[in-house]
Amino acid sequence: MYHKTLPYRMFSLFNYVFLAVIAFLCMLPLVHTLAVSLSGRAPANANLVGLLPIDFTWDAYHKTLSNANFLHSLWISVIRTVIGTAIAMAVTFLTAYPLSKESTVFRSRTWYSWFFVVTLLFGGGLVPTYIIIQKLGLMNSLWALILPGAIDVWLLVLLLNFFRGIPHALEEAALIDGAGQFRILLLIYLPLSLPAIATLSLFKMVGHWNAWFDGLIYLKNIQDYPLATFLQTILIQIDSTQLSSLGREMENISNNTVKAAQIFIGALPILMVYPFLQKYFVKGMVVGSVKE
Amino acid sequence: MLLPGVILALLFHYLPMFGVVIAFQEYKPYLGVTGSDWVGLKHFRAIFERIDSLQVIWNTLLIAALKIAFMILVPVVFALLLNEVRKMAFKRLVQTLVYLPHFLSWVILGAILTDLLSPEGGLVNRVLQEWFGIPPVFFLGNGDWFRFTVVTSEVWKEFGFSTIIYLASLAGINPELYEAAEADGASRWKQTLHITIPSLVPIMTVCATLSLSSILSAGFDQIFNLYNPLVYDKGDIIDTYVYRVGILSQKLSFATAIGLFKSVVSCILILSVYRIALKTANYRIF
Repeated sequence: MYHKTLPYRMFSLFNYVFLAVIAFLCMLPLVHTLAVSLSGRAPANANLVGLLPIDFTWDAYHKTLSNANFLHSLWISVIRTVIGTAIAMAVTFLTAYPLSKESTVFRSRTWYSWFFVVTLLFGGGLVPTYIIIQKLGLMNSLWALILPGAIDVWLLVLLLNFFRGIPHALEEAALIDGAGQFRILLLIYLPLSLPAIATLSLFKMVGHWNAWFDGLIYLKNIQDYPLATFLQTILIQIDSTQLSSLGREMENISNNTVKAAQIFIGALPILMVYPFLQKYFVKGMVVGSVKE
Repeated sequence: MLLPGVILALLFHYLPMFGVVIAFQEYKPYLGVTGSDWVGLKHFRAIFERIDSLQVIWNTLLIAALKIAFMILVPVVFALLLNEVRKMAFKRLVQTLVYLPHFLSWVILGAILTDLLSPEGGLVNRVLQEWFGIPPVFFLGNGDWFRFTVVTSEVWKEFGFSTIIYLASLAGINPELYEAAEADGASRWKQTLHITIPSLVPIMTVCATLSLSSILSAGFDQIFNLYNPLVYDKGDIIDTYVYRVGILSQKLSFATAIGLFKSVVSCILILSVYRIALKTANYRIF
């Protein structure tokens, strides 16, 4: 038994300590940000805060949550995430079903599969996509952020692989009972694939919540930015270029604690959601990557 | 049922593909695709004549190659170490914590890192100075340090999540192999060397080959949120360059030409790499 040998025990001890340190390093930046956001203004601006708040106060959160621009962005992000995820999942679900059929049943299946997979291999790139969005009249609207990602081919591939694992017998029984394809889809496939749909919706939700670049190029007014884009503009662009055209925002950013509070609120929904759904994520990843 | 998906794909994926013709034109927005003049390969020649675009291609290759190398190595080592942990609660806790950064966007992390790495009192530089007496390092303002920071922070953000695949394949190794090795008196180290690592090689090959196809994408989100004019020379990659040249200074055709160059090379890489993965490890997408 190797467990009991002295070298293995020494290794094991070292291993536990090492892994604990790594895990700690992964969350250290967030802990630090949280500490800064809860600290008093003076110690935070003097860079004295480490991992624990100094002069504990909720001030930064009061200030952030009473900032109308910030709240509006937060609201837009919520809408975008909810509508965007719902539409994307509906479209992906509808598309995955026919594609999961054998090509004996649905003859042009292979053709359609390639039609979608090609979009993974080759894309028009930034400028042509931008021009199309402009020509479609989607500029400055929330649809520019929702529609282009509504057919997500990666999720499509994962979902259709999941569909293929559903026993054919169920479907045949339903067909004999006289159910149409839509009925089969809604009454058999939908309930059976709820765990998969939950996982993929979460991937999509995280994607929508974190997306910032499309807002930056397709929307003109900073008031209409979703939170991620808003944060990108006030935290990063201003920081690196020192452009001060945003007047009212500037006084807030000069304050480290408010900045930290904004960062933390931006990360919060994900921090709350992911530990509970970790096992689904893991399953989804493995289904999509390891094949026998 | 296919209709909504097909329409969306046509609009947002196929139309832009036809839009690449503007790479062969002197595109003027008010003239449109039909009215602009054709200039043939002029913009493609320009890519290879402009010194900054060669530098940009080199930056992209270097940063992407470093990322790929470390993103194979680190998750494998981490999965091996985690696999030795017998206490399930500890294992789960470590996993939960190391996945965390994967779910945060580069906007959030960019803002946090800028603060942590600041030479004027950022936490990292403070620790370096107070504990080791090292003078402040300008991580994001010096080109070489910038590359180092980009690769390190990418590995830091993603290694936990990539570990999942390797942990899954470790769980799939036949336990009888270990029992047999132990009966023969092999130590844990020997078992790792002769059973565990060889069983991981196929999945490592797949990951390595598949990641090769992204060698021209070194991470737009990350670099865009971390860089600044001080490090354009060593930190600019193709995607950030296309954004700066294309959208900001309105050289739409030139930017499209670079984008097209990138897409074509990536597409060829993906197809050949997929073929290799299919042959060596029997990997299929669907």
